[in-house]
Amino acid sequence: MTENRKDAESVDLAALRARLAEARGPEYWRSLEELADSEEFQAFLRAEFPHPAPDLTDAVSRRHFLKLMGASLALAGVTACTRQPTEHIVPYVRAPEEIIPGKPLFFATAMPMAGAAIGVLVESHMGRPTKVEGNPDHPASLGATDIFAQASVLTLYDPDRSQVVTHLGSVSTWDEFLQALGTALEGQRVVKGAGLRLLTETVTSPTLARQIEAVLDLFPEAKWHQYEPIHRDHAKAGARLAFGEVVETQYRFDRADVILSLDGDFLTRFPGSVAYARQFTSRRRTGSPPEGMNRLYVVESVPTLTGSMADHRLALRASQIEAVARAVARELGLLDEEIAEFLIPHKAWIEALARDLKRHRGASLIVAGDEQPPVVHALAHAMNHALGNVGKTVIYTEPIEARPVEHLESLKELVADMDAGRVDALLILGGNPVYTAPADLDFARHLAKVEFRAHLGLYSDETAELCHWHIPETHYLESWSDVRAHDGTASIIQPLIAPLYGGKSAHELLSALLGKPGQSSYAIVRETWRAEYERGRWPQYKNFEHFWQMALHRGAIEGTAFAPKSVSLKMPRGGWASPNAPGTPSDERQAGRQRTLEINFRPDPTIWDGRFANNGWLQELPKPLTKLTWDNAALVSPALAERFGLRNGDLVRLEYRDRLVRAPIWVLPGHPDDSVTVHLGYGRRRAGRLGTGIGFNAYVLRPSDACWFATGVTLSKTGDRYELVSTQHHHSMEGRHLVRVGTVEEYRKNPGFVKEMGEDPAPDMTLYPGYAYEGYAWGMVIDLNACIGCNACVIACQAENNIPVVGKKEVGVGREMHWIRVDRYYRGGLDDPETYHQPVPCMHCENAPCEVVCPVGATVHDKEGLNVMVYNRCVGTRYCSNNCPYKVRRFNFKLYADWTTESFKAQRNPDVTVRSRGVMEKCTYCLQRINTVRIEAEKQNRPIRDGEILTACQQVCPTEAIVFGNINDPDSRVARLKAEKLNYGILTELNTRPRTTYLAKLRNPNPEIEHE
Amino acid sequence: MSSVTPDAVNKSKALEPVGPLIGPGHTFGSVTDKISGAVLTRRTPLGWFVVFGVAFTLVMILMLAVAYLFSIGVGIWGINIPVGWGFAIINFVWWIGIGHAGTLISAILLLLRQEWRTSISRFAEAMTLFAVACAGLFPLLHMGRPWLFYWLLPYPSTMGVWPQFRSPLVWDVFAISTYGTVSLLFWYVGLIPDLATMRDRAKARLAQIIYGVLAMGWRGSAVHWHRYETASLLLAGLATPLVVSVHSIVSFDFAVSIVPGWHTTIFPPYFVAGAIYSGFAMVLTLAIPIRKMYKMEDLITLRHLDTMAKVMLATGLIVAYGYMMEAFMAWYSGDPYEQYMTWNRMTGPYAPTYWALILCNVLIPQLLWSRRVRTHVPLLFVIALIVNVGMWLERFVIVITSLHRDFLPSSWGMYYPTIWDWATYFGTIGLFLALMFLFIRVLPMISIFETRHTLAREKERAALRGALPSAVPGD
Repeated sequence: MTENRKDAESVDLAALRARLAEARGPEYWRSLEELADSEEFQAFLRAEFPHPAPDLTDAVSRRHFLKLMGASLALAGVTACTRQPTEHIVPYVRAPEEIIPGKPLFFATAMPMAGAAIGVLVESHMGRPTKVEGNPDHPASLGATDIFAQASVLTLYDPDRSQVVTHLGSVSTWDEFLQALGTALEGQRVVKGAGLRLLTETVTSPTLARQIEAVLDLFPEAKWHQYEPIHRDHAKAGARLAFGEVVETQYRFDRADVILSLDGDFLTRFPGSVAYARQFTSRRRTGSPPEGMNRLYVVESVPTLTGSMADHRLALRASQIEAVARAVARELGLLDEEIAEFLIPHKAWIEALARDLKRHRGASLIVAGDEQPPVVHALAHAMNHALGNVGKTVIYTEPIEARPVEHLESLKELVADMDAGRVDALLILGGNPVYTAPADLDFARHLAKVEFRAHLGLYSDETAELCHWHIPETHYLESWSDVRAHDGTASIIQPLIAPLYGGKSAHELLSALLGKPGQSSYAIVRETWRAEYERGRWPQYKNFEHFWQMALHRGAIEGTAFAPKSVSLKMPRGGWASPNAPGTPSDERQAGRQRTLEINFRPDPTIWDGRFANNGWLQELPKPLTKLTWDNAALVSPALAERFGLRNGDLVRLEYRDRLVRAPIWVLPGHPDDSVTVHLGYGRRRAGRLGTGIGFNAYVLRPSDACWFATGVTLSKTGDRYELVSTQHHHSMEGRHLVRVGTVEEYRKNPGFVKEMGEDPAPDMTLYPGYAYEGYAWGMVIDLNACIGCNACVIACQAENNIPVVGKKEVGVGREMHWIRVDRYYRGGLDDPETYHQPVPCMHCENAPCEVVCPVGATVHDKEGLNVMVYNRCVGTRYCSNNCPYKVRRFNFKLYADWTTESFKAQRNPDVTVRSRGVMEKCTYCLQRINTVRIEAEKQNRPIRDGEILTACQQVCPTEAIVFGNINDPDSRVARLKAEKLNYGILTELNTRPRTTYLAKLRNPNPEIEHE
Repeated sequence: MSSVTPDAVNKSKALEPVGPLIGPGHTFGSVTDKISGAVLTRRTPLGWFVVFGVAFTLVMILMLAVAYLFSIGVGIWGINIPVGWGFAIINFVWWIGIGHAGTLISAILLLLRQEWRTSISRFAEAMTLFAVACAGLFPLLHMGRPWLFYWLLPYPSTMGVWPQFRSPLVWDVFAISTYGTVSLLFWYVGLIPDLATMRDRAKARLAQIIYGVLAMGWRGSAVHWHRYETASLLLAGLATPLVVSVHSIVSFDFAVSIVPGWHTTIFPPYFVAGAIYSGFAMVLTLAIPIRKMYKMEDLITLRHLDTMAKVMLATGLIVAYGYMMEAFMAWYSGDPYEQYMTWNRMTGPYAPTYWALILCNVLIPQLLWSRRVRTHVPLLFVIALIVNVGMWLERFVIVITSLHRDFLPSSWGMYYPTIWDWATYFGTIGLFLALMFLFIRVLPMISIFETRHTLAREKERAALRGALPSAVPGD
């Protein structure tokens, strides 16, 4: 303790001066220690008061707390005798430039996600980032984002993020860590870093790469390993097979007329998916008459959103997809081999597909999924070459990764080194390998052999637990960095807020490694780009500052996208041999209730590899297709469930190579038979209050030699049940015309077919006079042809409108609070149904059934046709919800909003009320956004322009499926869409006259395959 | 009767009342002694303590459930989206229905000069009051923010806001508060002469004072009787439309909405009939044990039970017709939502409740066609209980099965009551019983003066019969 105090006394004055010089604006400080920064000061505080009332945070010892309270109450009078020191408060007279209280500012930055970036604009209220929007200038965003970017702002404020440097589990300081690191490096300097290892996730950040290279220069024998559980090894290996080098494959879906996806979920799962979804749906939207609609063929092993958009879908086991690729290649004349036996029933399908591809040379596209083996990727490259698609729909560039290694190999090498005792110091920069490493590598056991283990991470997770040191990492909204998008475009990540929990960035850590502790991330990133600038790449900017300002302002650095690269295909005669013949989970091996099956490992649709496990928004977001929340499940086909006698929620034992998990079953229509799909990311032990201990850990089964699918899994019933919670229990439309679907052909023959499906009473068929809308009349159109069901709207709405998370139990009884939901319906057989998505916000009916039944007038019609909810007036009879045929109203059955957690308070949108218990709520068409724009327009004395108001769901939508505007203006986009023949409202026969309408979905099937 | 032919007499024999309205051997004095004695002199029967003890326990459970409800919110119940209304509304409608018998017996039967009502009217009116009290609790408890209940009242708010008068829930407020008020007045006015009797017969000083104050100076003068008759006739006239209006308006809560299964024009008459049905069932459920407990078989005679059973049978048939028409209209309307709803009621996840309802409300009560069943007291008690259950199930079916699957299949859900739903429900049954038993402990459960009046009439009639024996053949 005394040592610490000594440390505290010996303040480094030089560092202080530097800090003061760097600080912008006046900085107030009370003592040198405090100024010298919290580190020592904190250490001093901790030394003086070793346990700063830890009981207060511990629910168990409330008694103790009460005792303390009693004592303080008794002594309260005593303090009156002492005069409190004067502390002058400072008025906000010299406000910082640009900040106007009540007006949000938007800053461009980028969110790194598994290596690739999505450019975003972050809304900041008085210095608090509250909402993430897409950056229209960024190629991976085009103004939209995915669910992860939307939810990332919640992770920033997560109170469970690690908040302090720990050493062997007890509180320590950054300086103590630096000392320990210095000691560890001392030994390494001698051996040129032979025992030093860095383990990172995918690195595309030029700055981070530069720093790591510098470290490797300093320690030439040190090694840098990369491991990302959702890695892209197969894509890299496939490119190496096909071209002899690793290249990045980029697609131009907007140029493709015919697309074949070989297990590639390009609409949600690829780097750049948001942009791809935009490109893809730009060719799905139809004018009248419909022209140029693309056609999508999907062969997939797990039902995905991409599969749900397919005109023709073939569900096969993952191991069988290679045979499809070979069969198609054969039809295209690339291979000369027999079609696999099991594909004979699909022969006509494949032939028709091949003919379709051949008809569209140069305008077709074949995409392979990251889960498919390298051979499939190579075949896809070869077929794209053969069809003349290269340079048109497929573009090859340099890899965006700083060092494109195969992650599994890299990790294996590290494990081998650790096992052999060659690793003395391991720095894990991000990631959670103890949890995510393939089970057979036994990473945790080998890790224990390393003498100095340090982990930098957002959470004190499973890996932090096994490391000597854990350093809290800064969130991307808290620190400077840079990152590349899927096309190579670099962005500067600029912080929106000072680190909430005193985190450090990887840049700062590496800087310490390089012997420059205390260098700020800001300086490090600027250094990188100054060097780049000085190479003269941007002569249009007069100096570096100018360039820097523009780079920050735009959010994407001009001219950093990689140029297309020409590659030469090296295909051996007869194609590439497949290393493993398609697995045969055969019926013959059936023994009792056990059968060997194929297993698919997939990242979870909402919590990804587990990194978002403690994010309530993502946990509660219904997973596409299954609509499950708060859990993962073993997905099986209805036929398999029938054979095994399984129902949803039955616990089964999944066994693979002597490793076993117990998983609940979820029967998923359209899942290929004889296989089971598990999602990674659940079963966390140390994720935080929300994420710990929910679901099952599928990593336990995941082997290093078959990361994505494996044959030979046995499934057996345990007889136990587990409660899975889904937000949609009924999957058929019951013959009601809710999602209206036709084919392009039908539409051409009879453009009015959509309207004929339902009844829409004329507005004058009533005795009562209608409302007159003289000014604006707000309305919305949702294009079902463009909606891919990605859920981004749901989570954007949640972020914008302060929608609370209710937890698994409440979702289980049907009380989720989402104001917009994506309904999913099936049509056709259980084994291969067509899947439709329908986002449902409030319909803002002109004859709203909810309004007449409210006894207190808490839901009323406004003069612009909005059906508005007056929270203050609501007494909570719930009659409005009962009478709402669309069931879009949500009720606070309990106090769902978190009114106590400090950090979440900062996340909330100050323009939207945080609702209390007992109050009904629902979609408002983002009234706060309408009013912001209205005020601006009124100030300028002009009407609101079309497209000026973007609702949160509309703004985030990757495919621009949601259009909002003034239907009184016949030239507005929304009015024009409402005039389309495909436009229809749901349940119009009730004479509700919904303001939200839909454009019917059109399919474009190949007439050779589908005869209707 | 003197002019009827012997043939007609034979035919009407089957419909003839079972025995006299008042047991033999009673005089004015003995009637007064017996009824007031139940309160003033006789020792309280053991059964009273047992029932009251159970009821009081249930009241404590109700207190607990309500306290927890107010601290957490309606989320402690099983309601959700889509099923926004659950036990609270089911119980509300059920209790209001039960509360119908009292006013019907007192007002309509008074106007129709049905003398048999006298023995049960006081009792049924008290039951009405307590049932309405229980019913009135639920709309308050089921609100998300119950402390703002007064926003449903048209009071001069400084904000200038009024209730939204298009909402049936506002009509409910008026209907129920009016009904409650008129029922209370009616009951109290009818009590005044008896309170005076109690005052005069009470021995304890405190009882004398309390009864005296409550009797409002009743001395039994001709002027008093005159005013009394006028007031009770006027109140009966006021209460009569209420019998029809209250449950019609309660049914509007459903009928005015657009939910399939609720949006139907048959609801008002069918709810009123159902209410009388359940009301009489509840009167029987209470009368049978109490009459036994207090040995009142000679005042609440088999004739009363038989007549009430007949009313039940008649209203039960109206209700059965209602069920039939609901199903028929669903088919005949061609409305796919209505058709699905009916089909779902009969075969969906809640089908057992529907078929149990048909069993309880339609099939079993058909036993009442038999005179032997109507006069078999234990069996009649069981049937009355079954009808009570059946009527509760009817409300369950209406509220839950209509809501749980309405228009958009994506939003369909299930409703499962929680322990707090049950606690609140049984708690109000406890409250009802506790109030009821307090009532019979401190007030004359049967109208003394009216019974004496009836006795006089009976004697007159008997005297008439004795004078003209041949004129009443077959008597």
